[in-house]
Amino acid sequence: MTAASSEPGLPVVAADPLAGADRATAALHVENLEVDFLVRGIPRRVLRGVSFSVRPGESFGLVGESGCGKSTTAYSALGLLPDNGRVAGGQALIAGRDVTHMSASDLRQVRLNDVSMVYQDPGAALNPTLKIGMQVTEAFTMLGAAKAEARDRAFEALRRVRISDPRGVMERYPHQLSGGMQQRVVIAMALANDPKLLVLDEPTTGLDATVEAEVLDLVESLREDTGAAVLLIAHNLGVIRRMCDRVGVMYAGKVVEQGPAAEVFDNPSHPYTVGLLRCLPRHGARKNDRRLDTIPGFLPQIGEALPTCVFVDRCPIATDVCRTQAPPVVALGTDTSGARFARCHHIDKVAQIEPTGLLSGADAEAREVEPILRLEDVNVTFHQNRRSIHALVDVNLDLRPGETLGLVGESGSGKTTLAKTILGIQQPDTGSRVVLDGVPLEGSTRKRPQDARRSIQIVFQNPDSALNRAQSVRAILSRALAKLAGITGKEADTRLDVLINHVRLTPRHLDLKPRQLSGGLKQRVAIGRAFAGDPRIVVCDEPTSALDVSVQAAILNLLADLQRDEQSSYVFISHDLGVVRYLSDRIAVLYLGRIMEVGPAADVFAGPHHPYTEALLSAVPSVDGAPETRIRLDGEVPSAASPPPGCVFHTRCPRRLESGICETEVPPLVEVEPGHRMACHIPLEELRGLQAAETVQA
Amino acid sequence: MVVYVLRRLALAVVTLFLLTLIVFAISNVLPQDVARAILGPFAPAESVAQLNKQLGTDQPLLVQYWRLLKGIITFDFGTSYQSGQPVTELIGQTLSNSAKLAILALLLTVPLGVVGGIAAALRKGRLADRVIVTLGLAGSAIPEFVTSTFLIFVLGLKLNVLPVLATWPEGSSIGTQAYYLLMPSLALVLVYFGYIARMARAGTISALEADYTRTATMKGMTRAKVLRTHVLRNALLPTISVVATQTGYLFGGLLAVEVIFNVNGLGRLLVTAAKAKDLPVLSAGVLVIGTIYMVATLLADLLISYLNPRIRLAANA
Repeated sequence: MTAASSEPGLPVVAADPLAGADRATAALHVENLEVDFLVRGIPRRVLRGVSFSVRPGESFGLVGESGCGKSTTAYSALGLLPDNGRVAGGQALIAGRDVTHMSASDLRQVRLNDVSMVYQDPGAALNPTLKIGMQVTEAFTMLGAAKAEARDRAFEALRRVRISDPRGVMERYPHQLSGGMQQRVVIAMALANDPKLLVLDEPTTGLDATVEAEVLDLVESLREDTGAAVLLIAHNLGVIRRMCDRVGVMYAGKVVEQGPAAEVFDNPSHPYTVGLLRCLPRHGARKNDRRLDTIPGFLPQIGEALPTCVFVDRCPIATDVCRTQAPPVVALGTDTSGARFARCHHIDKVAQIEPTGLLSGADAEAREVEPILRLEDVNVTFHQNRRSIHALVDVNLDLRPGETLGLVGESGSGKTTLAKTILGIQQPDTGSRVVLDGVPLEGSTRKRPQDARRSIQIVFQNPDSALNRAQSVRAILSRALAKLAGITGKEADTRLDVLINHVRLTPRHLDLKPRQLSGGLKQRVAIGRAFAGDPRIVVCDEPTSALDVSVQAAILNLLADLQRDEQSSYVFISHDLGVVRYLSDRIAVLYLGRIMEVGPAADVFAGPHHPYTEALLSAVPSVDGAPETRIRLDGEVPSAASPPPGCVFHTRCPRRLESGICETEVPPLVEVEPGHRMACHIPLEELRGLQAAETVQA
Repeated sequence: MVVYVLRRLALAVVTLFLLTLIVFAISNVLPQDVARAILGPFAPAESVAQLNKQLGTDQPLLVQYWRLLKGIITFDFGTSYQSGQPVTELIGQTLSNSAKLAILALLLTVPLGVVGGIAAALRKGRLADRVIVTLGLAGSAIPEFVTSTFLIFVLGLKLNVLPVLATWPEGSSIGTQAYYLLMPSLALVLVYFGYIARMARAGTISALEADYTRTATMKGMTRAKVLRTHVLRNALLPTISVVATQTGYLFGGLLAVEVIFNVNGLGRLLVTAAKAKDLPVLSAGVLVIGTIYMVATLLADLLISYLNPRIRLAANA
């Protein structure tokens, strides 16, 4: 390797990769932006020279894991940095004017006329004490409209974002709307000033996939109407792929790769982008085919000096030159203007990065074995204000030894209630039976024998609140060993070593408190706690939803390994269908507390599907570029207090039969293929025909 | 809403009933003879027995308690064991003095505390914030009798701008009375400013950091308008509850201030009554303060639910 960092033949762009872009005409032009946060009085660098440009009418995406500086970039560009944030260098130009050194009143004018923003949590973005109508109207009065006119325009704005009954919505308060409706309201306000630039910061994170699809559709069509440029920040690569023309991949406060979204995702050229994409369970990957790739190591601390390549410590192809010289900005593709580039010394070797472990194991044959857990006619009814809410209705499910049963469905579908019922923290109605190894269990954990309690454990979504913050990892795990396995004293120490080894923790972690651990390590402790008593069944409730994709991959690998070694069974809840598909052997689809479809994962994903499953699948934006959108669900999930008659899904079903049977008769859950049951009036062959032309990618 | 208020009132009645029970129990736990306490250690045993009989304090506790409850319902608390004056008269006088002091103190403290808290929040981390927070904390940490003495020394004796004792001439106008009550009120302001300012500050900071405030800013509003329409309403919700809980205390718990400034108030009356086992006065006084406390919290909750639709609409359901 010579000192000349770039490989011969690779065109290297000048220091400013955007020299060609027109600073004055771009909707947003960010150039060498450097931002510090004051932490205990010391400035810590978080943005290390970010440059990109969003052209008028274009949609540009920023991706990267949490802490890489995506949101900080956007907030700097809107003058919204928190009190301890400082722009230390560079510029952010909106419509040709530098926002970072603007007077308060100029900045106000820019916000008033040129730019708008939509945030992650729409519930928090709306003032809880003011009516929707007032808040939307205000956006127009700010623009100089008279009261009455502003109200009319607010009504129009709400209609434009396809809110049903806008008049009624204006009289309501934010908490009376669903998350999807709230986000529509926020979007309506954001579009009030007909912005040249619309910044969307994780606009669909926390929304159901079906709602996410609606919101993304809406943003896309509004963008076409208004011609606004969009800066979209998302950690979900599929969302970026679906929405963006171009994308910038950020790592540790720097854009490491940039280019047209399709090219970057199909043909990544920076080792970080490669790693990020390989962490995702894609192309129908299954736990028995391959382990997921991970990105070893951690994101550098903020403020850390990173004089050369920011990714060098975690890069699989780093060499000495990567530690001594800053990587060149290498232009890629046919266009040498810098439209597509990556910052790397070894662009040519990126393609050779080896994926990790393919596994030989095929799917275990669906053996005819006794199920370890059997749910028979499980019903759960909540009583609230003299109304009965049916959270689970006649649920019948089996769980076999060593298998993963995936539970999917929108929020409110009863996934968590089902998990709680299995665990014995939710008492089912009388007549419901939860049978473990042929023995019926009491509805409440407290009344169950110790052995049954030990056998069924849980891993929660948020390890922060699941672990006692005052205790060390050693105390947490030792207590679990003592309580669940009855192991104390010397033997406990030996078992503790085995246990932490299983969950890939090291002895030095034992004396740390949870707050000293990263999210992924905390989740390992939580998994270790669940496995302390050799459980037979582990309920995993969204165990990776709060984690970044590279950490998620490591946790999914761990869960798959543990299952292979311990033959434990999982009930796995996740809203991420790719993740569910990776880990699950069978999948149950729930809607309003009823099972719509249940069967082997391969069959459920391959189809023919229940129309609801079909809608869930087609709502997921894919990193691989989705086929044309097929079916969309309209409207809200009906209230569980007054479910629709007939098939509960008929109010939203795009394939509802004209005969009217769907409105009147409840379809029975019948076996349509071996081991594959479905509750739909449409015969399987007909569904196959309807869905034939369409191949599903998850 | 009506149902909500009625339910709250019913709850208040139950609470007041429990309060009488507690007061009665506590005043009978002490093994002290009422008549002996009134007549002194050298009175002959026959007189003590006779007085006990006269007061009814020789009867079984249940009978005594029943008499107390009957008195409350008929609004006749009887006469004071000590002075023989009707209890309603005694309470009436002292309550009106206490109320004047409490209201003046609230009128001064609440606006000052709220404004100070908001000002501190807007300058979070800077000098003005530190000064307000530190002063507030110091004020609440120093006992009332110390601040009172200090005020008397500075304002009364050195500068001679305010009367030292809150004993206004008979028949004074409201203004003159307020003038006499100003110094004790200031002593209370020093104590309570800190509490209220801290709540107002915390509420304002969390409202300023809220996403909806950012939404408003992004609409292109001036900071002043953002504060007015979006921040304040949310910022002051927690402060309202704090003010309400302090109100009960301001009416009846101000022994030190009343003694120092010679205010003939409820606090002093109750302490004397407690010492003398003067049950009629004690129980009537505690009930009055309890009622004030409950009315104050009820008003606060109504105000909060008016300002916060989430609570209001939940209450309606």
